[in-house]
Amino acid sequence: MNAPQAAIALDARPRVAGHFRLQWEEVQKAWVLLYPEGMVKLNGSAGEIMQRLDGEKTVQALIDELESSFETSGLTQDVLDFLAIAQRQGWVKP
Amino acid sequence: MNAASAATGIAPATQPGPPLWLLAELTYRCPLHCVFCYNPVDFARTSTELSTGDWLRVLREARAAGSVQCGFSGGEPMLRDDLEELVAEAHRLGFYTNLLTSGVGLTEARASALKQAGLDHIQLSFQDSTRELNDFLSHTKTFDLKRRTAGIIKSHGWPMVLNCVIHRLNIDYIEQIIELAVELGAEYLELANSQYYSWAEINRDGLLPSREQLERAERVTNDYREKLGDKIRIFFVVPDYYETRPKKCMNGWGNVFLTITPDGTALPCHTAKMLKGITFPNVRDMSVQDIWYASPGFNHFRGDSWMKDPCRNCPEKEKDLGGCRCQAFMLTGDAANADPVCDKSPFHPVVQDAVAYAQVPDARRTVVKPLVFRDPKVSRQLAEASSTPLGAHLSAPEKNSRSPPIL
Ligand code: SF4
Ligand code: SF4
Repeated sequence: MNAPQAAIALDARPRVAGHFRLQWEEVQKAWVLLYPEGMVKLNGSAGEIMQRLDGEKTVQALIDELESSFETSGLTQDVLDFLAIAQRQGWVKP
Repeated sequence: MNAASAATGIAPATQPGPPLWLLAELTYRCPLHCVFCYNPVDFARTSTELSTGDWLRVLREARAAGSVQCGFSGGEPMLRDDLEELVAEAHRLGFYTNLLTSGVGLTEARASALKQAGLDHIQLSFQDSTRELNDFLSHTKTFDLKRRTAGIIKSHGWPMVLNCVIHRLNIDYIEQIIELAVELGAEYLELANSQYYSWAEINRDGLLPSREQLERAERVTNDYREKLGDKIRIFFVVPDYYETRPKKCMNGWGNVFLTITPDGTALPCHTAKMLKGITFPNVRDMSVQDIWYASPGFNHFRGDSWMKDPCRNCPEKEKDLGGCRCQAFMLTGDAANADPVCDKSPFHPVVQDAVAYAQVPDARRTVVKPLVFRDPKVSRQLAEASSTPLGAHLSAPEKNSRSPPIL
């Protein structure tokens, strides 16, 4: 894997990039990202992150929300790593 | 976390995943006459197209079975005046909707209606960037129209995806094609070498580029990639005749792709109808769910129990699943053989011969077959001339023969 590009800031308000559509697929029991003639099936944690991106919530708020929903802590690095990948793939705009 | 590696995985042979990709070939009618057209050579035999009601039902059934990408293609799908209605229903059902068009018939009014119907994406195909060559290759005056169409696509905010089929006659103009794509504001440009099925197979000698042409085109493409950076993503697809391992065709037979032809025949890929001895179901008689999971046609080449040597015992069989069934059928007469692109296939010399001939400059060719343009009249003639599919003229070697076949 390439080194993630400049990590996304905690006060950024990322959203799903245009031309990508995120939706829940009941048959696959997964969140998928759809784009011209293609699909990425997201795993559980990626789906949890992506479905919370609305362009208004900050990354910090997202992390807080995830940690409280899953009654856990220390998700910051995981979330930042994923968002860096997602940004590099063009799925997410900061 | 490892979300990036998810993509479309391989379903285990016994339990196919859902038909994620639905290709709706709405019609074989088309105003163009491409020499590499992927429609069946005998397309003119198809007389009755599915009705609007049939298509709406197909969309609903496919969506329920798990289809998520829907491509509307043809022929020229713009020739169906219910296209907007079908797109609207597909969108309502939650499909990501793609339109694959040559641009003929995509007026401003229809583009607006399609936008309103929820169309997500248009892939515009260009035959070439130079007017003369374009008109020659597609046999109609379409170039200016495509330029206009590209403008319409852009102005509606669709991503601009250009597709250009590359071959011996236009590959030397790759600069012009890329320049044009840039000028039109394309975000993606697919330079896909013609694949040798259907009309392109008849015209193969005239269309397969030489190695030198290919290498130059790839070099030029790479230079442009470097120069243009993120501005445009360029995909270059090499003809598989130049490979020594086949492609994993359709990502596996009946694994991801479901094609519905204009008359309702359901196929695991859009050329599979040529395969003799396999009966494919029709959406008029069977639900999409049953077609996908329970029809003999779709189960025929699932798994690997159908494989023969050398695939049967090959350590690479999971990687390519023996390649393309149609190519095996066209070039060896038996769809269960290894795709002869593979250099382990005893038929590989068939591919090597074609590649060797591609190195002969046009000027030094003694017999030059004229290009056959796709056309309903020609289609009917070809269909009558032989009731056997093209390519079946090659006889398979004796069952136990080890020696390569002779063309
Ligand atoms: S390849 Fe050309 S002739 Fe064939 S359907 Fe497409 S535009 Fe029409
Ligand atoms: S022998 Fe068959 S399975 Fe092995 S690499 Fe060749 S085509 Fe693939």
